[in-house]
Amino acid sequence: MSLGWPAELPRRGAVLLGLAGALLLAVPAFADAYLLSVLTLVLWLAYAGQAWNVMMGFAGQLSLGHTLYVGLAAYVSGVLFVSFGIGPWLGVWLAIVIAAIAGGCIGALGFRFGIRGVYFALLTIAFAEFTRIAFDHFAWVGGSAGFFLPVAQRTTNDLLDLRGTPTMFYYVILALTAGALVVCRALLKSRLGYYWLAIREDQEAAQAVGIDVFRYKLLAVVISAGLTAPAGVFYAFFYNNMYPEQMFAITRSIEIILGAIVGGIGTLFGPVLGAFILTPLGELVTAAVDRAGVNVPGAKQLVYGGLMVLIVVFLPDGIWPWLARRLGLDGADRGPSS
Amino acid sequence: MSDLLSVEALSKRFRGLRAVHEVSFSVPEHRIVGLIGPNGAGKTTTFNLIAGALAPDAGRVQLAGRDLVGLRPDQVCAAGIARTFQLVKPFAELTVEDNVLVGALHRRRRVADARAHARAVIERVELGPLARRRAASLTLPDRKRLELAKALATEPRILLLDEVMAGLRPTETDRMVGVLRALNRDTGMAILLIEHVMRAVMALSDHVIVLDQGEKISEGAPADVVRDPRVIACYLGPDHVPGAVA
Repeated sequence: MSLGWPAELPRRGAVLLGLAGALLLAVPAFADAYLLSVLTLVLWLAYAGQAWNVMMGFAGQLSLGHTLYVGLAAYVSGVLFVSFGIGPWLGVWLAIVIAAIAGGCIGALGFRFGIRGVYFALLTIAFAEFTRIAFDHFAWVGGSAGFFLPVAQRTTNDLLDLRGTPTMFYYVILALTAGALVVCRALLKSRLGYYWLAIREDQEAAQAVGIDVFRYKLLAVVISAGLTAPAGVFYAFFYNNMYPEQMFAITRSIEIILGAIVGGIGTLFGPVLGAFILTPLGELVTAAVDRAGVNVPGAKQLVYGGLMVLIVVFLPDGIWPWLARRLGLDGADRGPSS
Repeated sequence: MSDLLSVEALSKRFRGLRAVHEVSFSVPEHRIVGLIGPNGAGKTTTFNLIAGALAPDAGRVQLAGRDLVGLRPDQVCAAGIARTFQLVKPFAELTVEDNVLVGALHRRRRVADARAHARAVIERVELGPLARRRAASLTLPDRKRLELAKALATEPRILLLDEVMAGLRPTETDRMVGVLRALNRDTGMAILLIEHVMRAVMALSDHVIVLDQGEKISEGAPADVVRDPRVIACYLGPDHVPGAVA
């Protein structure tokens, strides 16, 4: 697993990154409404996958309940907006704090009692599940009937209240995704980042070189959860509706992490690349099935599953490390046995 | 010379087994002390008790007068004791330099400072040409030196080395002996080493402690210890002690 962004980013890498950025910035100029909505979803998944990757890819702690933080943040910001008139740019901070606290509780509970690996992952599912059940019965936010933001066809953009056209939302999520990339890169190059990698590689060895494993694992969950929260806020304002069985569904948690797994866990660009591969593929499959006029529920999931098998067999580190080597963007001098 | 590390009546049982029983010894400042004994003598358990990886049932461990029992391994490291693992534990997917950097970050918060220190440590253990290689791609002798470098990078007052020469060829063993001797000579680093390779123990140690079945059976200068009948008996059986009646 290379970091995907070596210390000295080669010139070629900078050029490619610039081109990709320019292309993404130009998209609304030529894309139709459908393409824009697909790309918005792609970027949303890239962002959420990036946030998840902090916990799993960097610190090696598997979360299968990340939708918990999405859901909490969506409800927090939605309720603040509808019931208290507090806009999303303020609300997002409270959402981040609440998601981080939720992550902190799960992490503290799990790590305090030495719960590791798969068992910790089960704990993350359990928390998301019982939060779903709690929200189903939480009448103040609509219970299982859902919670809604006022919807109106907009032609003007109100960035302050995050009410506007699909183009505005596209640029917001593009900025968020780019921001997450910058934040994650900074994290990876910090003391914290190196400590996470050490814990991921070998917890006992990390402790032997003076790393307080409990503290840094807890920080990984807290930061990952906090970083996930803006995805929830975006969701609330973009889709304007939330139902507990969707917001806290395990299928959403899986959707968030699929892109990172396909693209490359622990790499910076893996989650982004994975989202750009998976979502359009899913859309293509759905469209193809529609056109063929056959009714195949779950065709998309079937293709995702097949792709996952291929990745695990042929590129277990994900597509990005392989692609980076192909493009000559891999700075690490690899040994003969690797 | 004052004692840097002192171990007093340290004991640990695993269910019925007396792994370590009332073991006491000390390591003075700047000295190299060897800890030897047959397999199962309790050497690694003693290390784990000192390093905080295991909690002792009884006894004391002190570093320069400070009590260490009850501290976590990371706190023991912060106190100034660095250890290596018998089965080396590199951060496999990181480069050699980043492996050592993680250790160096312990006392240097800025990544740039820590990296500079890590590079110096890498040179000291003669891993310079391999600095950019992934740790997973290293051969065993290189991994052993990486293990040493990681521990050294935390800037300890004493190094606990658990069989850093096991499995090495004689030339590699000599290289490691050279690295350790230079380290001790240049920096005055105190070292407590568990070792099976006798010629390394003989070449390095100022003092040797012998454990057998969890108890200390002998200690002294290397040349004296190997002539101690109890030591010969525990390694080769009582029949091999010179002058023993078969």
